[in-house]
Amino acid sequence: MSTKDNQLPLWEVFIQSKSGNPHKHAGSVHASDKNMALQNARDIYTRRGEGRSIWVVLSENIAASAPEDEAELFDPADDKVYRHPTFYRVPEGVKNM
Amino acid sequence: MTEEEKLTRFNSKIDKEEKIEPKDWMPDAYRKTMIRQLSQHAHSEVIGMQPEGNWVLRAPSLRAKKILLAKIQDEGGHGLYLYSATETLGIDRDEMIQQLHEGKAKYSNIFNYPALTWADIGAIGWLVDGAAIVNQISLQRTSYGPYSRGMIRICKEESFHQRQGYEIMVTMMNGTPEQKQMAQDAMNRWWWPSLMMFGPPDNDSSHTKQSMRWKIKRESNDVLRQRFIDKTVDQAHFIGLTVPDKDLKFNKSTGHWDIGKINWDEFHEVINGNGPCNKQRLAHHIKVHNEGRWVREAAMAFAENETRTKKELVTH
Ligand SMILES: [Fe+2]
Ligand SMILES: [Fe+2]
Repeated sequence: MSTKDNQLPLWEVFIQSKSGNPHKHAGSVHASDKNMALQNARDIYTRRGEGRSIWVVLSENIAASAPEDEAELFDPADDKVYRHPTFYRVPEGVKNM
Repeated sequence: MTEEEKLTRFNSKIDKEEKIEPKDWMPDAYRKTMIRQLSQHAHSEVIGMQPEGNWVLRAPSLRAKKILLAKIQDEGGHGLYLYSATETLGIDRDEMIQQLHEGKAKYSNIFNYPALTWADIGAIGWLVDGAAIVNQISLQRTSYGPYSRGMIRICKEESFHQRQGYEIMVTMMNGTPEQKQMAQDAMNRWWWPSLMMFGPPDNDSSHTKQSMRWKIKRESNDVLRQRFIDKTVDQAHFIGLTVPDKDLKFNKSTGHWDIGKINWDEFHEVINGNGPCNKQRLAHHIKVHNEGRWVREAAMAFAENETRTKKELVTH
């Protein structure tokens, strides 16, 4: 086998397990278009009632942050303790807050 | 960050039981080992469909046929999850399949044995899936995130595989003398190859040490093998099957079953291509793969055509 074979483009699959839940990444499939991607995702990731809704998106269309940027990207959140309720003092005796 | 700092960071992650994720820095050797192990696992799931597929059209009842089809479909799914997990390490599925066809990538030795009778379908589910489950449960804690998540998913699906196999064995052991004989015969042929599925003994397994250090592997071949033996011997005795090992003996002081010598020469013979079905398994995979090529090409041509038509509609 010398000619390059084509396993079809890669799609990422997101599944909602039941109504009210967020769609969660389940894995990937290979497919030539949206419809095939949805069908393959159904066959591969929901054979036991794991889903009620599926999203598929071409893997190449996902932008992801780089692990080496982790510190820089998230440290602005580190010095803003006033975003948390525990930062505030509520007078003794005040209830239901 | 220097290479050395990256390595320290990687090692400390491993030590803290954190998972390594696809975009994280990892040593080349870790990536290579992971690709080798994951793709070999993926190929095993897919090639493993062949011995069972051999019995779909000859299943003894509609019930048995539906179950077998569902089981085989699961194995195909396992292969696909694992190919995807491998692709996160920067290798395409095309390339993995090519490596398989060129004999550069291996699959589990066990699938180079034939499924001769219906009882073999029972023995495969009970013993081969049973051994795979012991291994895969341990791998749920593997250090590579996508592999670990794949294993958790696969383990959920596997338990029905072993039960359906055992049910076939139970049914045959409650049947006619000929059926009992078939079950025992399947046991005789599958027992030892199942024990070999865990790989060579710890003292001559070349990959084990580094893989344990990196937590790719969590328990050694011999530990996993013994766990499988202890579970399975009782299940065999429970339905009146004899384990084909005259040295099998319960060791009261260790609480484990001691077994006789495993024939590792046979293992190496089969791994080197001289098992009963090596050529057939690979030839079949290559044939089906090539026969499907035009379908993949047609699907791509159709998809490209669709997007082109849509664009034209928009511009007019
Ligand atoms: Fe499997
Ligand atoms: Fe299985």
